[in-house]
Amino acid sequence: MSTPTIEDAPQAGNPHSAGLDAAESGKVELITITVRIRRFNPEEHPDAVWVDYQLTVDPKIRVLDAINTIKWEQDGTLTYRRSCAHGVCGSDAMRINGKNRLACKTLIKDVSPEKPITIEPIKGLTVLKDLVVDMDPFFQAYRDVMPFLITTGNEPTRERIQSEEDVQRFEDTTKCILCAACTTSCPVFWNDGQYFGPAAIVNAHRFIFDSRDEGAEQRLEILNDRDGVWRCRTTFNCTDACPRGIEVTKAIQEVKRALVTRRF
Amino acid sequence: MQVHKYDTVIVGAGGAGMRAAIESTKRSRTAVLTKLYPTRSHTGAAQGGMAAALANVEEDNWEWHTFDTVKGGDYLVDQDAAEILAKEAIDAVLDLEKMGLPFNRTPEGRIDQRRFGGHTRDHGKAAVRRSCYAADRTGHMILQTLYQNCVKEGVEFFNEFYVLDLLMADVDGVKRTAGVVAYELATGEIHVFQAKAVIFASGGNGKFFKVTSNAHTLTGDGQAAAFRRGLPLEDMEFFQFHPTGIWRMGILLTEGARGEGGILRNKDGERFMEKYAPVMKDLASRDVVSRAIYTEIREGRGCGLDGDHVYLDLTHLPPEQLDAKLPDITEFARTYLGIEPYTDPIPIQPTAHYAMGGIPTNVQGEVLMDNDTVVPGLYAAGEVACVSVHGANRLGTNSLLDINVFGRRAGIAAAEYAATADYVELPENPESQVVEQLERIRNGNGSERVSDIRSELQQSMDTNSMVYRTEATLKQAVADIAALKERYKHISVMDKGKRFNTDLLEAVELGNLLDLAEVTAVSGLARKESRGGHFREDYPTRDDVNFMQHTMAYREVDADGNTSIRLDYKPVVVTRYQPMERKY
Ligand SMILES: Cc1cc2nc3c(=O)[nH]c(=O)nc-3n(C[C@H](O)[C@H](O)[C@H](O)COP(=O)(O)OP(=O)(O)OC[C@H]3O[C@@H](n4cnc5c(N)ncnc54)[C@H](O)[C@@H]3O)c2cc1C
Ligand code: SF4
Ligand code: FES
Repeated sequence: MSTPTIEDAPQAGNPHSAGLDAAESGKVELITITVRIRRFNPEEHPDAVWVDYQLTVDPKIRVLDAINTIKWEQDGTLTYRRSCAHGVCGSDAMRINGKNRLACKTLIKDVSPEKPITIEPIKGLTVLKDLVVDMDPFFQAYRDVMPFLITTGNEPTRERIQSEEDVQRFEDTTKCILCAACTTSCPVFWNDGQYFGPAAIVNAHRFIFDSRDEGAEQRLEILNDRDGVWRCRTTFNCTDACPRGIEVTKAIQEVKRALVTRRF
Repeated sequence: MQVHKYDTVIVGAGGAGMRAAIESTKRSRTAVLTKLYPTRSHTGAAQGGMAAALANVEEDNWEWHTFDTVKGGDYLVDQDAAEILAKEAIDAVLDLEKMGLPFNRTPEGRIDQRRFGGHTRDHGKAAVRRSCYAADRTGHMILQTLYQNCVKEGVEFFNEFYVLDLLMADVDGVKRTAGVVAYELATGEIHVFQAKAVIFASGGNGKFFKVTSNAHTLTGDGQAAAFRRGLPLEDMEFFQFHPTGIWRMGILLTEGARGEGGILRNKDGERFMEKYAPVMKDLASRDVVSRAIYTEIREGRGCGLDGDHVYLDLTHLPPEQLDAKLPDITEFARTYLGIEPYTDPIPIQPTAHYAMGGIPTNVQGEVLMDNDTVVPGLYAAGEVACVSVHGANRLGTNSLLDINVFGRRAGIAAAEYAATADYVELPENPESQVVEQLERIRNGNGSERVSDIRSELQQSMDTNSMVYRTEATLKQAVADIAALKERYKHISVMDKGKRFNTDLLEAVELGNLLDLAEVTAVSGLARKESRGGHFREDYPTRDDVNFMQHTMAYREVDADGNTSIRLDYKPVVVTRYQPMERKY
């Protein structure tokens, strides 16, 4: 983090740090990069192949921008999902230099652009074309944990009362954008696609620890299954992969503990 | 080709589409067609909050909210609709809470509320805390909560289905809805959905601008499909430029940042909004703040080497407050600009944000084919629609509200209509127009590239049709668009395949953007006044005598197949509030 140096501020009245100066300098030093993408189109060829693309870019652009540039200027057949372009919709999780990340939340300068940048589809889900995988099993696991508020009795006329502290217990897991970066970074999931996977557990956690919810027992039973939480080997890959900074492994541990103590 | 039959078909699974689906699935056999997985919809990008006069933290009521909405919209708002919006807001928020939405809470455990631009106590006396929020990811929480409830209700989704055409048929001289035609991304197959009722909830069209907060996928497909089938588009010249987009990237930094106490500063560190809006200052309505920013820039008080932006200063707010209330947007500044908002001000500029115009509807969500005739069986809700509750300028937090209130209304109305109506016979070869369009693009072998035309369109719209407009710039935009449309006839795509052909669909989407940009520029050219988001430097004042009316743009086709745009006007519904000068 840069420290503000108001003394040498070129513009009186505003704090001004080296970081801000760098961000604002219109100067762009273009670099030439190689993007190495795992291509697969069963309409054309049964096997996947690596293809290199060279382009000259501002290192401060997103990996997604680089992929867009390839599609728009070099090869229109390159196929991937994207929408928001700033890390909130969960469309563009991919393996970048061997790590699961959102292409739109990763800048070129941060992925060692002096070497070829490798881009592959996320692992463990069937590849349909290039970087597009079949998301249906992922969403099925999500639906299986009953990801909705379960309540009994009459609805109150106004809002339910919930303290800020009660919100804090599950707030972290409400941030999930269902990008699948966690689930597809998990070695257990790679070996056995039946495992619910971290994302489904995260979304179960979001309700199990919500003081307004009354379905925790049902969800815990589902996760007590042989393909449930006990498969987790605490490798922390999921936590490292999560672009929303969710403490995924911790959430899984809390669910395991709730299963043992039946307290939530 | 496959043919499906449903009572109700909903196009789009953002906030409006899913809110509608929750209602219509309970009442009719419903299919939701969406080009994105529901949770990818851009409602999830919304940050700041959803307005409702809950009065949880201070005195407030729906009448004040109605007034603010009408004034914010510069008196182009239909006041009956604004009243419904403000009244039903309260239940809309409470419904979401009951569905499970984790709002921020007050110390008493009730839904917390914060300030937002243009929302005031007692008709403009001071800022009021009306925005219900979940940190700075309110839209994310709304989208997730609605999806969760769709899962609960067993809503049937067709994911990655692109609706490309609307089917209507003449029944005894009346134009009625017959269904839609969709393209399945995974296979390239065409699907015809016959339906008694269709709801368009396909979102906005901001992607014809370059600096925008909108997703790549916001290409106005619904507006374009309706327009091509002869339905009007209302008030398309009114597009909102949000004051605080990340410089050059356009990524939004919520107005909630100013609601929490953030301040806009020019290069001298001056809090310049004090000059332009002495009462509301940084929380004046968006059009006012965006113009103020550009005035600062034009007068040489912009920041940076090119003096082309200003600062959003959060450095005086405690880091804990930023972490608790604005975690996402502060992270955007770190990720995309590499700066630390605890200590550095954030470079910002206005960013193209929200389409006030769209497919005209009445307050039941029924689509209008002219100033007052509805198209039986056709509905629209959300950003694709124009009710009009936003008039010439939408207030922040009123759109998340709009999608919930009018999404729900449209869902109920459509399902109730479907319960009594009969199917309309499909036209002969219902898929023909779509097939023809796709084959034309797929087989095209011209030398024009989709991405070139798109970026030239965006550049022209940014230059000519942004915060400040004149006769000359708008004429330039119209001319540029005409030239680009000509070039569009000579495009070719590289991907000729069936499977996940996003190359082909980007070309289709560009066609939609070109049509809608043209309507925007042509409507703007004819509106020789300044009102809300439409500011004409050559006509800098509001002209209620000639222009207090909605623009209605129609596509006309002559005998030789040439198309043009015909403009008509529709009166504004005025109930309680006579137009006044707008000061903040
Ligand atoms: C960054 C940002 C922040 C915002 N913050 C706020 C805020 O704090 N408060 C507020 O009130 N408003 C806010 N807004 C505005 C508000 O979020 C949007 O106007 C609103 O969410 C739009 O919802 P929608 O359901 O109409 O469309 P969307 O959520 O955009 O959904 C559109 C849906 O239509 C589908 N679709 C599109 N085309 C097709 C097609 N051809 N075929 C099939 N499906 C299709 C898509 O798949 C998607 O599911 C913000 C907007 C942005 C961009
Ligand atoms: S927990 Fe994180 S990585 Fe996993 S799906 Fe949710 S957002 Fe993505
Ligand atoms: S494109 Fe939305 S998360 Fe990357």
